[in-house]
Amino acid sequence: MMTLEMLNLSIAMPELFLLALACTVLVVDVYLKDERRNVTYVLSQFGLIITLILISQQSPQSRELAFNGLFVNDLLATVLKYAAVLLVAVVFVYSRRYLQDRNIFKGEFYVLGLFGLLGMMVMISSNHFLSMYLGLELLSLSLYAMVAFDRENPNAAEAAMKYFILGAIASGMLLYGMSMVYGMTGSLNIVEVAVALDQIEGNNIVLIFGLVFMVIGLSFKLGAVPFHMWIPDVYHGSPTTVTSYIASAPKVAGFAMIIRLLAESMGSLQTDWQGMFIIMAVLSMIVGNVIAIAQTNLKRLFAYSTISHVGFIMLGLLAGNQEGYSAAMFYTLTYALTSLGAFGVIILLTRKGFEAENIDDFKGLNQRSPWFAFIMLIIVFSMAGVPPTVGFWAKLAVLKAVVNIDMLWLALLAVFFSIIGIFYYLRIVKVMYFDDALDKSEINCSRDMQIALSANGLSVLLLGLYPAALMSICIAAFA
Amino acid sequence: MIPLSSYLILGAILFSISIAGIFINRKNVIVLLMCIELMLLAVNINFIAFSHFLGDTAGQVFVFFILTVAAAEAAIGLAILVVVFRNRQTINVSELNTLKG
Repeated sequence: MMTLEMLNLSIAMPELFLLALACTVLVVDVYLKDERRNVTYVLSQFGLIITLILISQQSPQSRELAFNGLFVNDLLATVLKYAAVLLVAVVFVYSRRYLQDRNIFKGEFYVLGLFGLLGMMVMISSNHFLSMYLGLELLSLSLYAMVAFDRENPNAAEAAMKYFILGAIASGMLLYGMSMVYGMTGSLNIVEVAVALDQIEGNNIVLIFGLVFMVIGLSFKLGAVPFHMWIPDVYHGSPTTVTSYIASAPKVAGFAMIIRLLAESMGSLQTDWQGMFIIMAVLSMIVGNVIAIAQTNLKRLFAYSTISHVGFIMLGLLAGNQEGYSAAMFYTLTYALTSLGAFGVIILLTRKGFEAENIDDFKGLNQRSPWFAFIMLIIVFSMAGVPPTVGFWAKLAVLKAVVNIDMLWLALLAVFFSIIGIFYYLRIVKVMYFDDALDKSEINCSRDMQIALSANGLSVLLLGLYPAALMSICIAAFA
Repeated sequence: MIPLSSYLILGAILFSISIAGIFINRKNVIVLLMCIELMLLAVNINFIAFSHFLGDTAGQVFVFFILTVAAAEAAIGLAILVVVFRNRQTINVSELNTLKG
């Protein structure tokens, strides 16, 4: 018999609150007049703060299960959820004026953003293939709609269509893989699958097929080469606020998905998926860094840079030990923060009727606003991996993990391609500091955005100066 | 009694048809949506076959959820299709090519 105690609802308190919040925002927004749309914004932000408090009140010392083993809460989940909520809150701060300027300051953005966040939190906490799939679809369906929600924009519509088709294929692949793993292990619960896999000996062809399909589905979602086709188009086509959403928090959820599905449930097949990860990591670093050089559109450039960073995250994951996983986690968290900052600066420079999408739009940013040029400098340096920014420590941790499993060649290859990557990052810096501004108009933006963007940039620098605290959290999450 | 392998082969054939359909089709976006549905149905056949032969109901429960999500997915896909058609006056796959580089 099921009882209410077995559901263990208190463990899922942040998710339940967020669900209620998203529904409330949806209903309240319907009754608001257009000029009072700020209420939706304030309500969403207020709710996100309460969600953060609820998450921080949970400090699990061990794994706690809820919903009959569908849902798990551990330190890893708590940290990742905290990061995801924080990132989404900052995206909301960045997006307000951008949306107002384009007459798309609608409640849908916030409702979809909150439901997407709920999907991410379910993914992060899932302990079962079913809850993983439902969380993933809740996130993906919200994202498709968010990309398309600027209805007058033909590029956004095209990007949404491409994203939808490729995302649906990825979900199909993932499910097909799950069905095979289910058939061979007889369970859908991640822990039970891991136990069953330990007992299977020899090469089981159906199981390997299942694993391959799951890896393909996961790398589609993460955007690793050769399954990266959607990333540049979606980043380029979507409204910049939506791009900043896609580029930040879902990466954290994607990392959690790989940890739960591959590391926790298929740890005993690690030698099988390690080979696939090596190939995809190398290809991602090559394709991402080389094609980015040719880009003139900044959103596209950062899309290719995302692909190369995904390659780095995979390097940490393929090490397959505690050191590698915590390095990959550190990399994911700091990359999400950095990439959010980069899109924040792009949003800062756009104004009514003008999208600052091209590298030329950054010309002479130092003359127009020395402070935000400095923030962009920190962010770009962090992406390139220049000390003392946090990107350097992230790359170092990942490379150390790879060297420690005796794959020196892989580490050398990664260093080589990140040196190629420095070229296009430095071009942005050169344009900002040494070129004359084409567009001398003043940068005006709201105070909250200025504060959030400055905090974002400075946190990239501060985490670089004092990386130990975050690093020890990442290590503890996999202890 | 039909053996498990027959069901799996049927699932694999349906899955291959849907993948081939997605990559070969250059004409109509609606055909892509149909291929995606077919892909999910192939997965469902796999799940039900395994669930039956394992004597475990979890797989069949999963199928109900996949069917529900597939319906939601089709709704969003068609909504995006309407937006594309309003902006472009075409739903030809090969004309969705303004974003590149």
